[in-house]
Amino acid sequence: MIIAEPKKLADVLCAVEPYRNVAVAGCGTCVTVCLAGGEKEALGVAGMIRLAAKEAGREVIVSVTNPIRQCDMEFLDSHEAELEEADCILSLACGAGVQFMAEKFPDKVVVPGVDTKFIGVNRDLGYWTEMCQGCGNCILEKTGGVCPVSRCSKSHFNGPCGGSSTGKCEIDPETECGWQLIYDRLSRINQLDRLLEVNETRDWSTSRDGGPRIVRRQDVTL
Amino acid sequence: MSSEKSNLQKILEAGHFSVSSEIGPPMSANGQFVRGHAKELAGLVDAANVTDCQTAIVRMSSVAACCLCAQEGLEPVLQMTCRDRNRIAIQSDLLGAAALGLKNLVVLSGDHQSFGNHPQAKNVFDVDSVQLLAALRDQAENSVFMSGAKTKMPAEFFLGSTANPFADPEELQLIRLEKKINAGAKFIQTQAIYNIERFGRWMEKVRARGLHERAYILAGIVVNKSQRSIEMTGIVPGMDIPEALIERMRKAEDEQAEGVSIALELIEEIRKIEGVSGLHIMAIGWETIVPTILERAGFLPRPKV
Repeated sequence: MIIAEPKKLADVLCAVEPYRNVAVAGCGTCVTVCLAGGEKEALGVAGMIRLAAKEAGREVIVSVTNPIRQCDMEFLDSHEAELEEADCILSLACGAGVQFMAEKFPDKVVVPGVDTKFIGVNRDLGYWTEMCQGCGNCILEKTGGVCPVSRCSKSHFNGPCGGSSTGKCEIDPETECGWQLIYDRLSRINQLDRLLEVNETRDWSTSRDGGPRIVRRQDVTL
Repeated sequence: MSSEKSNLQKILEAGHFSVSSEIGPPMSANGQFVRGHAKELAGLVDAANVTDCQTAIVRMSSVAACCLCAQEGLEPVLQMTCRDRNRIAIQSDLLGAAALGLKNLVVLSGDHQSFGNHPQAKNVFDVDSVQLLAALRDQAENSVFMSGAKTKMPAEFFLGSTANPFADPEELQLIRLEKKINAGAKFIQTQAIYNIERFGRWMEKVRARGLHERAYILAGIVVNKSQRSIEMTGIVPGMDIPEALIERMRKAEDEQAEGVSIALELIEEIRKIEGVSGLHIMAIGWETIVPTILERAGFLPRPKV
């Protein structure tokens, strides 16, 4: 899922400070699961905005709304009436949701309430790690199910750099060496011979380098 | 190769034990700095690496500093990392380097930018060093760029890369070394060696794979000036310095003399190891000691080829 992290409260308060009618919009999907922008967080931020306004002697109306997904226009449409009155929408969705919200309400100010971090997994309470960069050309079948693009700090395709030591990456003793993980997995599934295969120079045009990406599929078109 | 071979290549092909060194370009536009160090080394070593923003610190470009070295009579070895340039920039710079007469090239990944003085930078890693070596071999042999587009005059180099005998996982590092050699590396410079025993075991594995017969293995040596210097070297990722050597520097009355003694002892041991074709001496920050080391290790005068 997409992992996000709440923005600093002071920054959020500063961003919504000029507005008199603020709608805080949580999102029911990824950011709910990673405890950054769901209903609970939306209610919390709304309370803090009210409190800050009260302390500053400002009048502000703060509402809370929680579309199931902000990345789906159908769900935004169903909350249109609730959001119509606001002059500022604080979206706690990922970057996609914030932008879709801005498309839905082209005349309103829409500000982000979270920083969208990465596609990743939850490993422990309050602990998420990156697993995928959406490069658009998956080679996990060659690398034992461990991604060299996202889990090697240098996105190496042909083995570890010289900075791999005792299973850790050179950038940080907390970070596991992606190629150590690949090696360990391939050795467990008896595919170490794959390591001598040269992974050819990548075509990055399937990644962000090809410009904003589009998927169009005839098979799911009416 | 269409043009004349580099001195380093000729030395190695003639079966001589090569001696190379290293110059770190300045964090400034001071060409005299490079010229000064080049003059100190000219005639004493077969070639000298000119590093490419090592440890991700902004320094004078390797291509420019290589040219300054060549003007002072020191044969340069251009370094090119995959960290800072995409395939367009790398191929472009290397066409320029070849046009300027540079003949030796070491391709490497490059230290992660988080170590350097611009940790906020984006990194590139469009290609990795195995892919780049293969691409440069293809360019030299088939006059093609990475895209397959043709060039009328390819850049040709005596191609090399690096290996770290002390990095993990060991088997995979050896596989990667083999891939580099399969991809066209003709010489391999190793990470600095302090742990002779471990390096010896690594060389056994290199020989078992026959890699020493397909590429010249040039063993890296760092000369440390002080206790602090050896300790700082020790924290570089993938470095293995036995505690006994650090202790010797700590106890030494004359740290510089002890640093030289340690380097000379390591050199003597390395020369006994089968399959090592040369020595690569790195004395970054203490380049002036290199002539002393070479003299005392019996490497002078250098053979003419």
